[in-house]
Amino acid sequence: MEKYTITVNGKKQEVTASEDMPLLWVLRDLLSMKGTKFGCGQALCGACTVLVGDEATRSCSLPISAVGNQNITTIEGLSQNGDHPLQKAWVEHIVPQCGYCQTGQIMNAAALLKSNPSPSEAEIESAMAGNLCRCGTYNRIKDAILTASKS
Amino acid sequence: MPKFPFLKNKETENKSKVFIPSRRDFLKISTLASGGFLLGVNFQCSGPKGELVTFAPNVFISIDSDNQVTIIAHRSEMGTGIRTSLPMIVADELGADWEKVKIVQAEGNEEKYGDQNTDGSYSVRMFYEPMRKAGATARYMLIAAAAEKWGIDASDCHTEKGQVLSSGGKKINFGDLVEGLKDKEMPDEASITLKEFSSYKLIGKDIAIYDNKDIATGKAIFGADVDLPNMQVAVVRRSPVVGAKVISYNDEKALAIPGVNSVHKIEGAGIPPGLDKPLEGVAVIADNTWAAMKGRDALEIEWDLGENQQYSSAKQLDEMLKSTTGNGQVRRERGNFNSARQGAGQVLERTYLAPFYAHATLEPPAAIADFREDGTCEIWAPTQHPQWARQAVADAMQMDLDNIKMNVTLLGGGFGRKSKPDFVVEAAILSKAAKSPVRVQWTREDDLHHDFFHAQSAQRIRATLDKNGNFSGWNHHTVFPAIGATASATELHPSSGELELGCIDFPFEVPNIRIETHESKAHTRIGWLRSVSNIHHAFAISCMLDEIAEAKKMDPVDFILSILAENKDLDLSDEIKSDFGNYGEPLEKFPWNTKRLRGVIEKVALEADWKKMVSEGKAVGFAVHKSFLTYVACIVEVTKGNNGQIIIPSVHYAVDCGIGVNTDRIKSQFEGGAQFATSLAMTSAITLENGKVQQNNFDGYQIIRMPQSPKKIHVHIMESMEKPTGVGEPPVPPYIPALCNAIYKLTGERIYQLPFKA
Ligand code: FES
Ligand code: FES
Repeated sequence: MEKYTITVNGKKQEVTASEDMPLLWVLRDLLSMKGTKFGCGQALCGACTVLVGDEATRSCSLPISAVGNQNITTIEGLSQNGDHPLQKAWVEHIVPQCGYCQTGQIMNAAALLKSNPSPSEAEIESAMAGNLCRCGTYNRIKDAILTASKS
Repeated sequence: MPKFPFLKNKETENKSKVFIPSRRDFLKISTLASGGFLLGVNFQCSGPKGELVTFAPNVFISIDSDNQVTIIAHRSEMGTGIRTSLPMIVADELGADWEKVKIVQAEGNEEKYGDQNTDGSYSVRMFYEPMRKAGATARYMLIAAAAEKWGIDASDCHTEKGQVLSSGGKKINFGDLVEGLKDKEMPDEASITLKEFSSYKLIGKDIAIYDNKDIATGKAIFGADVDLPNMQVAVVRRSPVVGAKVISYNDEKALAIPGVNSVHKIEGAGIPPGLDKPLEGVAVIADNTWAAMKGRDALEIEWDLGENQQYSSAKQLDEMLKSTTGNGQVRRERGNFNSARQGAGQVLERTYLAPFYAHATLEPPAAIADFREDGTCEIWAPTQHPQWARQAVADAMQMDLDNIKMNVTLLGGGFGRKSKPDFVVEAAILSKAAKSPVRVQWTREDDLHHDFFHAQSAQRIRATLDKNGNFSGWNHHTVFPAIGATASATELHPSSGELELGCIDFPFEVPNIRIETHESKAHTRIGWLRSVSNIHHAFAISCMLDEIAEAKKMDPVDFILSILAENKDLDLSDEIKSDFGNYGEPLEKFPWNTKRLRGVIEKVALEADWKKMVSEGKAVGFAVHKSFLTYVACIVEVTKGNNGQIIIPSVHYAVDCGIGVNTDRIKSQFEGGAQFATSLAMTSAITLENGKVQQNNFDGYQIIRMPQSPKKIHVHIMESMEKPTGVGEPPVPPYIPALCNAIYKLTGERIYQLPFKA
């Protein structure tokens, strides 16, 4: 067990964890931040997506020891009042069904818009291909990203 | 005791105590649901909470003197929107201010809420009426109180946005009437008039789900998100083969992992594994999930793998297919198929195979239990069926139901998986063993290895055309391990309930019909997945009908219309060798009407411009299928992309589900259904070798990703004043054959096995 100091949503957090503990479980179990979800543990579904710097990262596959002093943004820190353009677009398009995949989808989309503020439909499809939605909300996700990209 | 009306099996009634409800039982529940409980609950004004007074005319509504209207959602939210749709109905009748209504999730309690089994697409169907009555009762009382206060007639008043208004322009907030309602009588149910459809402000509209923003901001609470002080986390190594037993285990290495606290064995049921019992396993309990996972990996377990260790699903599928050449158990008969066959001008014979499917809800099962020293247990779980979960815990732990409190969280997907309470029972057992609150966390691997799978199936259909080319005979053989086998190992044939899901309810006008089943054993846990055996039945039937149309050189849509009665309420009871369950509803109340089926066929052809698409040479496929009392027709268009991959540019659905309650959620269920069914058709399959599931995660068990999703999904909702029926499952069945029929147009190859690679 080691002590680590990581920066989550602009706030320094000290945690004691084994070096191989994925960031996902640090967030969920040690910091009690439940917005980041567990879906596969193998970087196959995207439910656990957070931003490390500006990059969309699967937190289930990032050990705490590799985080260093990079800035981590989770869904809880994406905006002050849930009013990030993507969150607004998500609400407007009533994207969620069960909702479980959606925080990962939004974080992945946030990284996409940072690197490409006005993506085409095809670019959205390929950028979002790592995020599974079992309920089948892909079309509304795409529409919401397009809406957000125009705002 | 779970209630699954569509699984009733006449032949084996009473044999399997676990899942087959008696019809009487079911009717009792539906009468209860259709209004009885409204009177059963005493009218009460709960006492002051500080200054606050609450008026609670029934278990679903409370109105505080500060104007807060709270509506109870008693069905589980797994993505269908039911947590919004039923409260919407109450609010509309009540005249509440929807923007300010608070929705609270009910705990599992049958006595209080009636049926809470969120399954079988029947929440809206069963509760549309009771919810309207619940809202209307409260409205009557509020209006009576206001009218009395104003000294005017109640008929001069109405409610709107949380106020009672008089025609003369007086207004009063609901909250200001609460105090005065203290000693008022409940109105007689017969005296209550429900609102006209045209006056609804919410019903029939696109209404956003209640949890919309909470989900988009990460605040929504799913199963694994519940946190309790001193909670530990359990991860379980379960029997790799169904029926396997632990001979011995060594937990030394597991306990050496920092954070691991204890190891416990869970006793499994063996064979049959049961629908409500945990599998045999060894649980590692730790401070956090990661430590528990590592501890689980470090366990050394010696298993007696038992009788299923030789099982190969591929081999069984071969045998199942072979069995369909012989005579089976006849489950429906009309005319004489054999003579039709002898006199036929042409006989088509085709076989259809479909695999085991896993539910793969994106949220793997998880449950939290807090078994306390005083012998009570409080549970939080993403369960579709909180009452069954509560009962299963009571049975497993020999506890009184009253000592178990079952809280329901949001479900990160259900699709039938989270009806089964096995994971909830695990949490309770382990909390007691660990003497602390425990969260049981399933991994994706656990979920795929130990699901209650949709059964693999083999079907053979023979269709005859007589010498004049008329469609004269239909002989359908179907074989798949029955759900009932999971509870009772002697079940070898599908139940009549499973056959009514799209097989023996074959609605077309063919003079000679024989439908037969064959034996097959279950070697893994079988459950129900979104639309259940409708999945494989619709696939086989609608693909075969497309071939018959082709043999007759007819347009598929015209052909289907030509074999469907104009306007008839079908009664197949003389032909079916068991009671016709009609998804638990009497035919008088929900007739099987061919005109409504024609309606969706004509509508979808019109909206998609079918004839034009066909004449332009587009690869389009069509299918129609009624399930869960909802009529659905579907047209799918396919093309090939640059890399030869299949692209689905458009899907059109026409749906007749009676009155559409929340039209946005109807559309979203169909959008999602098309995507879900694309996975079933093209990417997903579970196989077993040596009794073990071979797929571990989403690399092996694939579901479609955004680029594979149909690009545009159009949902045309028929205008209807018929009683509402559900939409969670009905989108799935017709989509798969419509897609397969389109693929044939594109490639010239017919699809006979799912999932197909094109
Ligand atoms: S949980 Fe990390 S990608 Fe699935
Ligand atoms: S909304 Fe349920 S998994 Fe995406």
